[in-house]
Formats: sequence, C-alpha cells, structure tokens
Amino acid sequence: MAILIDENTRIIVQGFTGKIGSFHAQDMINYGSKVVGGITPGKGGQTHLGLPVYNTVKESVEQLGAEASIVFVPPAFAADSIMEAAEAGIKYCVAITDGIPTQDMMKVKNFLRRFPVETRMVLTGPNCAGTISPGRAMLGIMPGHIYKQGNVGIVGRSGTLGYEAADQMKRLGIGISTSVGIGGDPINGSSHRDILEKFEQDPETKVVLMIGEIGGPQEVDAGHFAKEFMSKPVVAYIAGLTAPEGRRMGHAGAIISSAGESAAEKVAMLRDLGVIIAPTPSAMGETVAAILAKS
Amino acid sequence: MDIHEYQAKEILAEYGVKIADGGLAYSPEEAVQRTREIGGSVWVVKAQIHSGARGKAGGVIICKSHDEVEAAAGKLLGKRLVTHQTGPAGKVCYRLYVEAGTDIAKELYFCLLVDRCAERIVMVGSAQGGMDIETLAATQPEAITKIYIEPSVGLQDFQAREMAFALGIPVSMLNAAVKTIKGIYRAMRANDASMVEVNPLVITAKEDLIALDAKMGFDDNALFRRHRIAELRDKTQEDPREMAAADRGLSYVGLDGDIGCMINGAGLAMATMDMIKLAGGEPANFLDVGGGASPERTEKAFRLVLADKNVKAMLVNIFAGINRCDWIAEGVVHAVRKMDMKVPLIVRLSGTNVEEGRRIIAESGLPIIMAETLAEAAEKAVQARNEVVANAAG
Repeated sequence: MAILIDENTRIIVQGFTGKIGSFHAQDMINYGSKVVGGITPGKGGQTHLGLPVYNTVKESVEQLGAEASIVFVPPAFAADSIMEAAEAGIKYCVAITDGIPTQDMMKVKNFLRRFPVETRMVLTGPNCAGTISPGRAMLGIMPGHIYKQGNVGIVGRSGTLGYEAADQMKRLGIGISTSVGIGGDPINGSSHRDILEKFEQDPETKVVLMIGEIGGPQEVDAGHFAKEFMSKPVVAYIAGLTAPEGRRMGHAGAIISSAGESAAEKVAMLRDLGVIIAPTPSAMGETVAAILAKS
Repeated sequence: MDIHEYQAKEILAEYGVKIADGGLAYSPEEAVQRTREIGGSVWVVKAQIHSGARGKAGGVIICKSHDEVEAAAGKLLGKRLVTHQTGPAGKVCYRLYVEAGTDIAKELYFCLLVDRCAERIVMVGSAQGGMDIETLAATQPEAITKIYIEPSVGLQDFQAREMAFALGIPVSMLNAAVKTIKGIYRAMRANDASMVEVNPLVITAKEDLIALDAKMGFDDNALFRRHRIAELRDKTQEDPREMAAADRGLSYVGLDGDIGCMINGAGLAMATMDMIKLAGGEPANFLDVGGGASPERTEKAFRLVLADKNVKAMLVNIFAGINRCDWIAEGVVHAVRKMDMKVPLIVRLSGTNVEEGRRIIAESGLPIIMAETLAEAAEKAVQARNEVVANAAG
C-alpha cells in the first residue's frame, strides 16, 4: 500500500531536460520509479533519457496517463508549473524547488482550493527532498538506499534530518512505508496534519514519526488531529531547541516569531496531546522501536 | 530582509499614505539643514536602525531648537542602540531621519502580515497604538481586530472600513482611512513584503491620518524580482558573518556558544545543535552548507566558523545524499591543512560513500576525532571543548 506513490505510479518530471531535472530523473528511474516522460516547454517532441518530452503537462496526462509529477523548475517559474500540473489533472505533485516567493505560494494554494476536494491535486513541498515508498518508488532527491521497506510512516520538513531518522531505523531493523518531506517554507502544499491523515488511512502504516521544527503552528495542529482522529501512535521530534527568537534558521519557515513557535513550547503542547516525544534527535529510531514493540 | 523607517515611509508615501515632512541626515550639520528645509519649531530626530522599540532605547529625541537637533544628532550617530529586538549586541546608528513634530490626537496600531496558518495576508489593528502588539495580544486580546484578505481579489473597501471603525477613526476621516489602509496593502503586495507595521498610525489634531512610524520586512525569496527593494539593503545593520555567508551561498547564524558547527541541511543542523546542548555544550553557530559541498565550499565554511574567536571545538556533521562522504572528507582534510586549524575537530559522516570518506580522514594523519552517530559526535565535541577550556585554565 504505502501512501501517495507506489511502483505503479506514472511519473513525469517538470524541468526534465535541465541539469538537475536530468540527474534526479535518472536517479529515480534507477531506483525503479515508473518515470514515463517529462515536460520542458519548447522541447516537446524530443526524447530525453530515452523518454518523451512534452511542451505541456496536459499532453503528458492525455498521452502517457501521467499521475504524479516532480517539479525542478527554477523558483521564479515554479508556482506556474505547479498550477499547470493541477489544472492538467495530475493527482500528486512534489515541488523540490527552493526559494519560491511566499506570495506565489499563496496564489498556488488559492488556485488549488478551486478544485473539489476529491479531484484536487495533492502538493508536497516546495523546498523539500520529496517522497519515497521504499522498495516501490522514489519521487524525490533522497539517497534511496538508506530506506528500508516497512511499516513506519515518516513526515518531516527537513531532508537530511529525515535521512538521519531513516538511517537510525534501518540500523534497528525498522522499515518505512512512506517518507514524505513537506518542506521548510512558511506556506507549503501539505501540512504535517494532511500527511498524518493519509497515514491513518494506510493499512500498512503502524506508527508515524513526525519530524518538526521551530516556527509556525503546523506540528501542534497535527497533534490535535492525532489526539482526536488517529488510532495509530505518533512519535515526534521537534528540532531547534537552541534557536534564538526572531532568527531564521536556514529554512524560510524556521523562525520563532510568536508565542508557541519554539521547540520547547511545541514539545510541551504535543506531549499534552498524547504524542510520544523523542527526547533527542538521536533517539528518533529507538523511540519508534519502543512503540512498535508495544503495539 | 528589513529596511529602515525612512525607506519604508518613502515607499508607503508612493501608495498614497500620508507621512510627516522629513529628511535623511548622516551628520549633525545635515540634520540641522533638514530642519531648515522642513520648517516649523518642533522636530524629531530618529535613529535609523533595523529595529522597533527605538524610543525606549533613547533612539528618538524631540527637539525644539537647531542646537537641540545638532546635539541630538551628535548623540545618536555612531551610537549602539540595544532594544529587545536587536539582541544584546545592539545595532549601530549611522543614519538619522529628521521629521517635523506631529500634533498627536490619538495613536493607533496597524499592521499587515502573512498569516502562515490561514495562508493569506491578515490585517491587524488596535485602537491602542504605540504599544507592543505582542504584549497587547497577551493582556487584552479583545482590543485587537484581525481581518483576513482573500488573495484572489485582494483587500476590499468594506474590509478597510471595518478596520477603520474598529480603530475608532471618526466618520469624517473614513475616506482618508480607506485610502491609507488600501495604500499600505498595495505597497505590501506590489513589493513582496512579508510584513508592514505602522505603529503608531496617528490621528493628528488637524484630523489627518499619518504613518508616524513604519517598518517593512520583505520576502528574501522574492528579491530576485524586486531589484529596487534589494538595493535598499543596509549591510551595516546585518551581522557581517551572516552577510559573508550569504554571499558565499551558505546559511549562517551566529550564536553565543563556543562549539562551531558545519552541517548539511537546516533541519539536521538544528538537530545537531540540540544534541550539543543536550550533551552540556552550547553551539557557536548555525551553518547549513547545503547540497553539493565542494572542497572550496567546505573551506569557506571552515573559515566562517573559525573566524568566531569564541570557538573552542568544531563539529562537522554531514549526511550525504546528493553529496558524497568522500568529497566532503577531501574538503575537510584540505581545509584543515590549509588553515592550520588549532581547535579540535570532530567529524561525523553518514550516507553515500561513508566508508571511503572515513578512510580518507583516517589516512590523512590529521588529529581529527571521528564519530559514528549523532549522539557520539555531540558528546565528543563537548568533551573536546571542555578539555580545551580546562587546559587553558590550567
């Protein structure tokens, strides 16, 4: 099962013929993802990496039955590409691009809301490492080999911290159903809560690890969802204990700008909501292991 | 990116927001000259630093003669002002804004910002201006009005009126209020601002609505298409190390601790700093070297970390995805040799080509302390730091 993607998901790459798009498209193909083609406006009709290139996402949906897309388009044009995917009927889009203006993301989110929930494209990212259902498909830029297939769901903002979690689990023999990067931007396609909702519905996922950080209300919002609507245990780690107020820690969204946004406050609120806290970043794996052993 | 009050006021004025007459001065003589141009008999000399709450820090001086203006300017120029927004290091004032005194009847609070939760711009106002809005929100939340703006149609007149009424602006000034509020909104949208705060927005004795102070922050991700805004950057107001890092494509935040860090990825960087803290140490910095860390980039990162003289040990933590551990290891060995590094270095590598990376470091013969896990790396870094401190003491 897994969520969002599996071995049958038909994938296209937006920004296919560029250097970064090419590199990661090849990597995804090598992993076993069903990449069926790509989009580069103006290069339609060409063949790249042995796959067809189209001018528009719409053509790729009509002719290849594309269902999922991954966006490597530069920041100035990325919002446009995401909206094009949504309009064309793509079901799931991962935006890797880092540096999309906030107002553009507001526009994208508003555009997506025009579609009825049942047909609305799911967007994760931007500024993320992508999504992987280990052993099945990779729609991202992560090192696929560090993920073992299994029944723990991961949702997190950071790329490398997600790798760290997957690596800790693999060392303990724990596998992952799907790992979803939601990205480090202040406004992103899917929230922690949105992804928890999907993991709750996935029969294969037994436990979910949520890797959050300072800034914004999303982790606590997800905690409320977990308390009210989830039967599966949620383990969380919140990064940024040492982050001073008002300073941006790398990610555009990682900034403590109001009450409740610090790591300590989020941890306290999540604990109150019944979320199991991994006390340190090196204890993410063992905390999950302890919960798995009980369930 | 933040800009100065006078720059924000210039922008707002272009969108029809009224401001008091004023001018910029870099010296006491220029400040006096500005008062002559402005005319009148009362002026306010305001320190231009990237921070609010300047009044409380003594950065705003009301003057009633040219001598007073000259003295105020002399006092403020070159002065380091510390507010709760600048941190303990404060910010040095190099520019002054000299403004005509305003006859204030009432002070209001007005602000527009991006609400992350609602994913739209929210307009925040209070009839109790001049106060710190966070304090007000905590003590009297009912005194604050919030109105959310639909992105596809933008701020509507009825919303501006609703805010004007909530602010207690007299009906006779309603049109002026709508014009001002919509002007501030347009200034925000057209320039990719992430926030505009007018605190206070004042009603004058003559029933004018004036932006007496103005603060604007901009979305760094949008500066590529806002060249005019990008040019307003004042490097004297930013941490020189952070500026140097940004110029090199690195993300750096200086902190007060003494264990230097170089990590790839913002989340892993924060997590590693957490581990240092939990192991009993304090990180000296946040530094994300990003993906594709070439030897040149690694060397630049080392220089940046070690430029901080407080650093007593340095921790490198890399989880290689697109990166490769062997490239990182080569970069680290190269940097250590080239810089003749004196403080202990702890390196933890993980991910792609990790064995090769470890071999390169082991064979270098350099006294680099290797760690397998995140916890071990942090513990060894704190231990090394403590030894350095103990030796220095003893």
